[in-house]
Amino acid sequence: MEQSNNYLDMELLRFTTAGSVDDGKSTLIGRLLYDSKAIFEDQLEQVKGSSERKGLDHIDLSLLTDGLKDEREQGITIDVAYRYFATPKRKFIIADTPGHIQYTRNMVTGASTANVALILIDARKGVIEQTYRHSYIASLLQIPHIIVCINKMDLVSFSEEVYQNIVKVYEEFASKLEVKDIRFIPISALKGDNVVNRSNNMDWYQGATLMHNLETIHIGSDENHTDARFPIQTVIRPHSDAYHDFRGYAGRIDGGIFRVGEEIVVLPSGKRSTIKEIFLGDRSLIECFAPMSVSMTLNDDIDISRGNIIAKVNNQPEPSKEFEIAACWFHDKPLNPNTKYIIRQGTSEVFGKIEEIIYKMEITTLTRNLEDKFIGINDIFKAKIRVSQDLFVDSYHRNRKTGSLIVIDQTTNETIAVGMIS
Amino acid sequence: MKYLLSHLQELEAEAIFVIREVYAQFQNPAILFSGGKDSILVTHLAKKAFWPAKIPFPLVHIDTGHNFPETIQYRDNLVKELGVKLIVGSVQESIDNGRVQEETGLNASRNALQTTTLLDTIEKYRFDAAMGGARRDEEKARAKERFFSHRDDFGQWNPKNQRPELWNLFNGRKNMGEHFRVFPISNWTEMDVWQYILAENISLPSLYFAHDRVVFWRNDTWISNGPFVNLKPTEILITKRIRYRTCGDMPITGAVESEADTLEKIIQEVATTRTTERGSRADDKRSETAMEDRKKQGYF
Repeated sequence: MEQSNNYLDMELLRFTTAGSVDDGKSTLIGRLLYDSKAIFEDQLEQVKGSSERKGLDHIDLSLLTDGLKDEREQGITIDVAYRYFATPKRKFIIADTPGHIQYTRNMVTGASTANVALILIDARKGVIEQTYRHSYIASLLQIPHIIVCINKMDLVSFSEEVYQNIVKVYEEFASKLEVKDIRFIPISALKGDNVVNRSNNMDWYQGATLMHNLETIHIGSDENHTDARFPIQTVIRPHSDAYHDFRGYAGRIDGGIFRVGEEIVVLPSGKRSTIKEIFLGDRSLIECFAPMSVSMTLNDDIDISRGNIIAKVNNQPEPSKEFEIAACWFHDKPLNPNTKYIIRQGTSEVFGKIEEIIYKMEITTLTRNLEDKFIGINDIFKAKIRVSQDLFVDSYHRNRKTGSLIVIDQTTNETIAVGMIS
Repeated sequence: MKYLLSHLQELEAEAIFVIREVYAQFQNPAILFSGGKDSILVTHLAKKAFWPAKIPFPLVHIDTGHNFPETIQYRDNLVKELGVKLIVGSVQESIDNGRVQEETGLNASRNALQTTTLLDTIEKYRFDAAMGGARRDEEKARAKERFFSHRDDFGQWNPKNQRPELWNLFNGRKNMGEHFRVFPISNWTEMDVWQYILAENISLPSLYFAHDRVVFWRNDTWISNGPFVNLKPTEILITKRIRYRTCGDMPITGAVESEADTLEKIIQEVATTRTTERGSRADDKRSETAMEDRKKQGYF
């Protein structure tokens, strides 16, 4: 009921989970959905029925998220599934991804837009190879916050010592990651301890529950509000009597803040003008910021088209034809350094070649392999890329949107790799 | 000023971005318009995306001939108001031309027949992108759907070989004869849709608001009496105060008993409802993978 009154102030938080069948990921998601009343009776009935037909004596909550026939039959998550729930404070989007190494690309996909990564550790097993791998991907994709849930605490007698040992091991490893905000929570997804409600079994834990963390974690700084970037998607020209000379440059703000009257520069032409108006639909605004979709008019007639970027005069992205990327290969067809690929970055599309493999990441040991130059599906690697025309890019570290690109195979039109600009 | 969007503002920004990408990346896109709240929302967002220009896409209605009259009336008014082109693909015509065969029996429906009419219409007008109001929270097969969903030259969906979508980079490249289905409101829930409709004051067909109607009880829901319904002798007509949560075909779309006659009351009702909105649609109840099976064929 509160929801209907507070909804105009609710924020949106996207988080990603990765895990395999037995680490309790589905149970945890099921509990978050169930306790926030996002599971409906008819969905639960359907899942109950399916669980019974499979001969299970408990309700298999993974059946809620594994939507495809093959996934249900094989009992595995293959593709990213998106789930939704809301509390009076926030709306949540979960990108639920499989945890197995052969689905690395799905984890990368889920991580690309997430504010938070949930990493699950089985308290009985401690930090394992999969924990390192998931955390590394979260760090590579620059997810701003990691919440490490040490799960199945009920099976280790809610022992503080077990918990502290795991935290210690993880922190040692995490010093190598680029994530600033890492939190630890001892939970039991099955019994509900510290998920939505505080545990009565772990008085030694003074921190907040998982849900409280999800509801309050500060996401206001996750967007870049410093470097103003406005890539143009299309130009709105009504050709009507009332708006005869209207030229609205339409797009989504990828960074920073733009205000009416400010001087801007259009790239690649380098031409300057000032902002005349900013619109969201027919509503006129005095300023706009990431990630808003707006249209802008300028005080000068400049030739601007899709692929151009509007920025501020004293803060411009650098033009570059050659740069380094951290990348993940997504396709069965391996990388060919002689092939001309299509590179899409922002609203630009150019040709490009991935000419030099600097190293390949051994994802199980997290070591760099400088010898092996073969790049196939699910490989994470660092490479040099050369493109046919200048791209105006930022480093991914500064801006996840203007610093990312996808690689498209010209013959099949499929997206075969993704890159993050160094 | 706080530089942070509310969840509705962020969903709106995402949807407008996707709609503009469709305009920029495709030659001949269209909006699939059913007259339901979700396609009304997509149309509203398209209006915002291109203001002060008109929506640069036609509205395509796949007409089963079994519509609620309120839906058709709403559709015609909206088309006039927006000044956009309306294209109607008729299931009746597909039946008359022998493209499909009408189902028979008590639970006969034209739902599945729509797929043929839809694909024929897409082919006839050479649409290369068809935007729809489907949402991932509606159904488990839809939870796996992309924003830009590729269809082969038979109009089929291959859920196991979908293009990855990262950041805000959408790949709409395709070969001749192939097309895309695009779902700008993928990330919206039923609640988000209602909250946004209230916040933006979007008008809806009267069916969504509580009203008195002659109905009967079938498949665990209230079905409206009408010209396309075969009543069983045991089914009794009764006047109930009801409203619809979705607007599908008249003979298969169930109504819920409700007193919610304003948007505020509907939002309160949605907040406390314990069943999904598609739970009252017989088309989804045919089997556990009914939606996935239909989607693979080319359904909405």
